[in-house]
Amino acid sequence: MTIADPVLQGLVDSLNAAYGLCLDDGRLEEWPEFFVEDCLYQVIARENVDNGLPAAVMYCDSKGMLVDRVVALRHANVFPEHFSRHLISRAVVTGSDGNTVTAEASYAVLQTRNDGETRIYNAGKYVDRFLITDGTAKLVSRTCVYDTHRIATLLATPI
Amino acid sequence: MNSHVRVEAQRSIPTAIDYKVYHDPEIFAAEQSNVFKGRTWCYLGLEAEIPNAGDFRTSHVGETPVVLVRGQEDKVFAWVNRCAHKGATVCRSLRGNQADGAFVCVYHQWAYDSEGTLVGVPFRRGMKGVGGYDKDFNPANHSLEKLRVESYKGMIFGTFSSEMEALEDFLGPVMRKYIDRVFHRPIKVLGYARQYMSGNWKLYSENSRDSYHGALLHLFYPTFGIYRQSQDSSGELAEQGFHNVFTVSKPKGDIDYTSFGDEANREMQGATKLQDERLLQFRPEIDDDVGLHIQSLFPNVVLQQIQNTLATRQIVTHGPDKTELVWTYFGYADDNEETTRHRLRNLNLVGPSGLISMEDGEAVELCQQGTIGAEGKYNFIEMGGDDVREYYAPMGMDENAVRGFWKGYLELMGDALSSSTVERPA
Ligand code: FES
Ligand SMILES: [Fe+2]
Repeated sequence: MTIADPVLQGLVDSLNAAYGLCLDDGRLEEWPEFFVEDCLYQVIARENVDNGLPAAVMYCDSKGMLVDRVVALRHANVFPEHFSRHLISRAVVTGSDGNTVTAEASYAVLQTRNDGETRIYNAGKYVDRFLITDGTAKLVSRTCVYDTHRIATLLATPI
Repeated sequence: MNSHVRVEAQRSIPTAIDYKVYHDPEIFAAEQSNVFKGRTWCYLGLEAEIPNAGDFRTSHVGETPVVLVRGQEDKVFAWVNRCAHKGATVCRSLRGNQADGAFVCVYHQWAYDSEGTLVGVPFRRGMKGVGGYDKDFNPANHSLEKLRVESYKGMIFGTFSSEMEALEDFLGPVMRKYIDRVFHRPIKVLGYARQYMSGNWKLYSENSRDSYHGALLHLFYPTFGIYRQSQDSSGELAEQGFHNVFTVSKPKGDIDYTSFGDEANREMQGATKLQDERLLQFRPEIDDDVGLHIQSLFPNVVLQQIQNTLATRQIVTHGPDKTELVWTYFGYADDNEETTRHRLRNLNLVGPSGLISMEDGEAVELCQQGTIGAEGKYNFIEMGGDDVREYYAPMGMDENAVRGFWKGYLELMGDALSSSTVERPA
């Protein structure tokens, strides 16, 4: 096993930590800023990935589509009131080429609704591609491959 | 309940239902036998999911686990996933291929063929002459419980009822016409999503037939200034009342539907503008102007085309207040990669994260929560009248299809419900 460049490792882990906290704090408008303009964000069931099937519950292939998601969430969509809590593992850097880094990290998103019980809402892994420019990382693509096939009620807030 | 009252019940139309039907475990149990295992055809899956000999997928009829298998002669079989020995689950995977066509229970290794017939029992004669089954033991009497299976245009259905009419007759000409529309050419499966709602299956069944809530609960279109009022809608019911289809088309002579997104943003007065219009892009691919087609086939499936999304939603009942919705997304077999990507983009609109539909999951749960302890209190389903008509049109401000659902449901439930469960117009 090779040890990833500690600088790259730090950039990726820092982005992941900030990303989780951003969503958990409800700062949804800041969330698209973790991505480059021409990005891909998808949330897809592991059973689909394992069977080579492409259907995702969220599939956004531009930053504009991420913004549209947030606007819809704020103004249109109706869903159970809740808090999210992301627990994200240290990333495993799987490759790097020039400015591009690929990495994977496990996550668990806990959800707390108005009844006050905290439930494991969605567990899975991020499969990511980052662009490193001027010492900061941005997501070129993030695929959330979820194990929790049975989505409780609905999935409104990004993972 | 005397027989006179029952005849009355079958002829009249329900306009109010006791909330206990969403909570009562006895009613739930009666539904399993009268509805799901009764005189109905239940949707089990798509032919395209099991294209090759030996392919299988697990499915459900109500709460009963069943397995769908394609046998060696291309015939599709379905059987209850419960070993005839001690009741163990026989097939433990969600889907796969059983190349040798044998399904072996892991517990004592009873082996069944793809039809569900018992073909092997270890140590049937015992060991060294000791033990074993009596010489009268006949494996033919110990097969898996088999369902009758029929399919229509690639949608596979099963029934437990031996006297059930043919599937085509159960669906009827109106429902078949709309199924033909979606399955006009071969399809391919794009994937699955499963949604688990803490609510009764009938709340979801009403929801998918409820054309009244569309523009009121789902605020995505108005939020982005997309006005759908200019479009034509129509609804049709099958004879029994419990199947329905609702469609929305572009009006004749209106702007081309492909510029739907542009139109949206032109009409937009407020601050909210869709950043990426590809989300809503519609590429007509069926020879009509229909952009939305939602078809509820009693008792357990919804077939949809919304923009370029195609899907079945299978209803699985896990208890009076637990319902799973299994979304199977598909496209056409000849889709190229770009068309598939377009469908994936459109899929943002539907499913558990659907921008125009996710609210349905919440509506089901709100009704479940709100009706706890409400036995003897009734809902009110008189929007658009107190009758059930085969055709309804005006923008769907009508609960005709919801009344149709209850009409068909009550006929199947018969004596299982007390006469006070339903109110009807005098
Ligand atoms: S339970 Fe299946 S073989 Fe015994
Ligand atoms: Fe809806």
